[in-house]
Amino acid sequence: MAENLTIERSRVQLTKEDFVSDQMVKWCPGCGAHAILSAVANVFPKIGYRKENFCVISGIGCSSRFPYYVNTYGFHGIHGRAAAISSGVKIANPHLSVWMATGDGDSMAIGGNHFIHTIRRNIDINILLFNNQIYGLTKGQYSPTTPMGSITKTSPQGTIEHPFNPGELVMGAQGTFFARIVDNNVKMMTDVMFEAAKHDGTSIMEVLQNCVIYADKAHEQITSKDLRDDHQLHLKNGEPMVFGKNREKGIRLTDSGLEVVKIGENGITEKDLLVHDQYSQDPGIHLMLAKMNPPNFPVALGVIRSAMFPTYDDMVEEQITYAKANSKIKNMDDLLNSGDTWEIK
Amino acid sequence: MTKKNNVVEKETIVIKFVGDSGDGMQLTGTLFSDAAAIAGNDLATFPDFPAEVRAPQNTVAGVSGFQVHFGKVKIKTSGDLCDVIVAMNPASLKANLKWAKPAATIIVDADAFEDKAIEKAGYTSNPLKDGSLKKINLIDAPLTTLARESLKDSGMDIKSMDKSKNMVALGIVNYLFNRDLDTTFKLFDKKFKKKPTLAEANKKALQAGYNYADTIEAIKTTYVVPAAKLEKGRYRNITGNVAVAWGLIAAAEKSGRQLFLGSYPITPATEILMELAIHKSLGVKVFQAEDEIAGICSAIGASFSGALAATTTSGPGLSLKSEALGLAVITELPLVVVNVQRGGPSTGLPTKSEQSDLMQALFGRNGEAPLIVIAASSPSDCFYSAYEAAKLSMEHMTPAILLTEGALGLGSELLRIPKMSDMPAIKPPVVAANDKEYQPYKRDDKTLARKWALPGTEGLRHRIGGLEKENISGSVSMNPANHQLMTDLREAKVEKIADFIPKQEIIGDKKGDLLVVGWGSTFGVINMAVQELQTEGVKVSQTHFHYISPFPKNTEELLSKFKKILVCELNAGQLVNYFRMKFPKNTYTQFNKVQGLPFVVSEIKEKIIQTLKEK
Repeated sequence: MAENLTIERSRVQLTKEDFVSDQMVKWCPGCGAHAILSAVANVFPKIGYRKENFCVISGIGCSSRFPYYVNTYGFHGIHGRAAAISSGVKIANPHLSVWMATGDGDSMAIGGNHFIHTIRRNIDINILLFNNQIYGLTKGQYSPTTPMGSITKTSPQGTIEHPFNPGELVMGAQGTFFARIVDNNVKMMTDVMFEAAKHDGTSIMEVLQNCVIYADKAHEQITSKDLRDDHQLHLKNGEPMVFGKNREKGIRLTDSGLEVVKIGENGITEKDLLVHDQYSQDPGIHLMLAKMNPPNFPVALGVIRSAMFPTYDDMVEEQITYAKANSKIKNMDDLLNSGDTWEIK
Repeated sequence: MTKKNNVVEKETIVIKFVGDSGDGMQLTGTLFSDAAAIAGNDLATFPDFPAEVRAPQNTVAGVSGFQVHFGKVKIKTSGDLCDVIVAMNPASLKANLKWAKPAATIIVDADAFEDKAIEKAGYTSNPLKDGSLKKINLIDAPLTTLARESLKDSGMDIKSMDKSKNMVALGIVNYLFNRDLDTTFKLFDKKFKKKPTLAEANKKALQAGYNYADTIEAIKTTYVVPAAKLEKGRYRNITGNVAVAWGLIAAAEKSGRQLFLGSYPITPATEILMELAIHKSLGVKVFQAEDEIAGICSAIGASFSGALAATTTSGPGLSLKSEALGLAVITELPLVVVNVQRGGPSTGLPTKSEQSDLMQALFGRNGEAPLIVIAASSPSDCFYSAYEAAKLSMEHMTPAILLTEGALGLGSELLRIPKMSDMPAIKPPVVAANDKEYQPYKRDDKTLARKWALPGTEGLRHRIGGLEKENISGSVSMNPANHQLMTDLREAKVEKIADFIPKQEIIGDKKGDLLVVGWGSTFGVINMAVQELQTEGVKVSQTHFHYISPFPKNTEELLSKFKKILVCELNAGQLVNYFRMKFPKNTYTQFNKVQGLPFVVSEIKEKIIQTLKEK
């Protein structure tokens, strides 16, 4: 890295209260967004930067009211454009810790272009993608992540569109960090957010969020008490992939891809299981993990990918530092008088 | 050297180099204009090329041109009709003959007038032989043959030799204007520093053209255009697009803000993006975005972060930026949007010039969304206009649209190099840390601008965004009375800028029968028409608008002093209709042209005379 771009740390220990804004939170009671807000307020003091160095940016939708509810510098943008606005904020001032709140409509539909290009550039932005599989603020139309066949206000006979899996999009766009979390596990959310803050580059955190009004229980297969142990795989770097109520199941890599195995059956032990390597540069296994879905597989949660690649914002600074050191043009007067000029006397 | 028969002094000359888009006409024209500038002439240039990179050979559609207007007097336009045309093939001759003055000199490559090329150009007979060019002073030189002969010992292949035919033509032109070849030689050395063999080849071809002209009898008269009496100082030639880029860098330096450009390539504005990408040594951050929307949105983000933020585009791009412009209006952040206008609507005429985005700049957003609109009037004025747009935008905390035009962006003229210490100060209202008085929408009494509180600053955490905010506190507010107040304040803030800009000026009498009005690139051509008529004793005055939103304070009064107001625009009548809306008491006549071409002096003069005659 060209310059020490570490974000200035707070000299005092901050608390959750430092980040609570005076605005009334206007999300519906029971909305998963409350838990995300709580996790953010938990993690910001833990990250330890000066409170003035946090900047929260959003687009449009329920998720995007987020900046008003966190006491940081904040910017509520326009529909789909949060990633572009965040890019400008971070490039102009790399000493800020930039967080972005967005939804499946905001970033998968109208802002899809900015989403993939921001990821491709690997700009150091932490993106919380609230995926509730529905347009909430406009009151219940299907989104690009709504499962096929779902009945919504704009699909009375069921949707006829193939949904996006955000993880696949992230890998396809050469993402360097992808994590998936559920809104009813604040502890895991906080841990993942902390990891995202540590990661240099674009960090995508897909939050499987429940919309109580328009898509209640959309993630029920994953989050319900009865099913979650069998349908959630909690990834931990360097550890074998084990899940199940009694931690009796695991994920094994075979020639034909991933498979679910039972520990103890057919002589399978934990040693046969796939060990999670979130730092692997190659996204192959990360993609397979991101694509796993019930009923045949559990859903992978936690940090799926966290690979180190140069960031756009660092390289901008590097090029400027190099140019400043090597160019004869040091100021505007130099530039105006450079090249072909002549004197009229 | 043989004695020249007849040397005539000329005040100004318009010369146009035309050929296939691969014939090197832009280079030839640039070399000629650089040499003219070094010889002390004032000048303006205008490139004219097809939208395609390499359009079909030998077709009228594929003709590329470069026009130079130079002289011993102040040059205000790139010229209407040409004194000299250099045409490299039949198609370029066919496309440009209409721009020749009655007694023009036309230099053609006789070798290029083969049957096939003649037919492809749409001629039924060879124009060099069928007598159709009788009135023209025709120099049909075998440029290709001369190039090959001059380079026969160079070891180059035929194709490479043929590429030097444009330099043979330039040699003839140099002879015609009694120009010293040394200046061009030096330009070759500089341009082809890393390819000395190419520099030598071009020198030989140039010399061959010069010698040829010296020996043939077709050139009975040669010309001299003495140096212009320009204001003392250091000069350079600059295109409008480069001037915009430099104006922005200058404003960033003066204001102490970093310059951020978020932009997307689009003809004819791309050169601004390319130019700014070069100047990283001045701390310029350039973000080539994935689309026009990301261009402006990244700039808005950078502005929130505290940079002087800009986005550059042309008409269709401005359409895409409309929603985000509204965001910059409501968040009351500085932002410079440069629109290098081209022919529209839609993709329209990408490489041609027009003034048809004025209404879009003024009103092209949802809601009541006023902002600054400034128009540049010449390539060098683009420097000062960009600087001023940045200054007003930052000091008044509101976005500004700078309108330039394809003809300004790609055209060039001389810029008298300013000293940065002489440029006006720029003082953005940046808030100091821990300012206890700070509130996001608390306003300055004089400007009504809110303050700029930069993320990272201690004690100023706040939230802004696209939802309407309560005045002063900046909390989200759906209160009807507050929305009325904020709408009025945003309007009043822009109107207040009129207190900080110069009054509108008139060239000629301050009252009378006819005032000719223009804005943007048409200044030079209208001015020439008006001055010629004034010299002929016609009572006519001119005023040219630089500030369109807000108008200078005295605008209404100034207009009211004339019986008739003739508004000339390269659109269907946008400023005139804005006048009719803002100042309905006056009587307006309009003169419009939407052909992707500039006005010519003669048509403005005719319209003025006609307007004066009408009752």
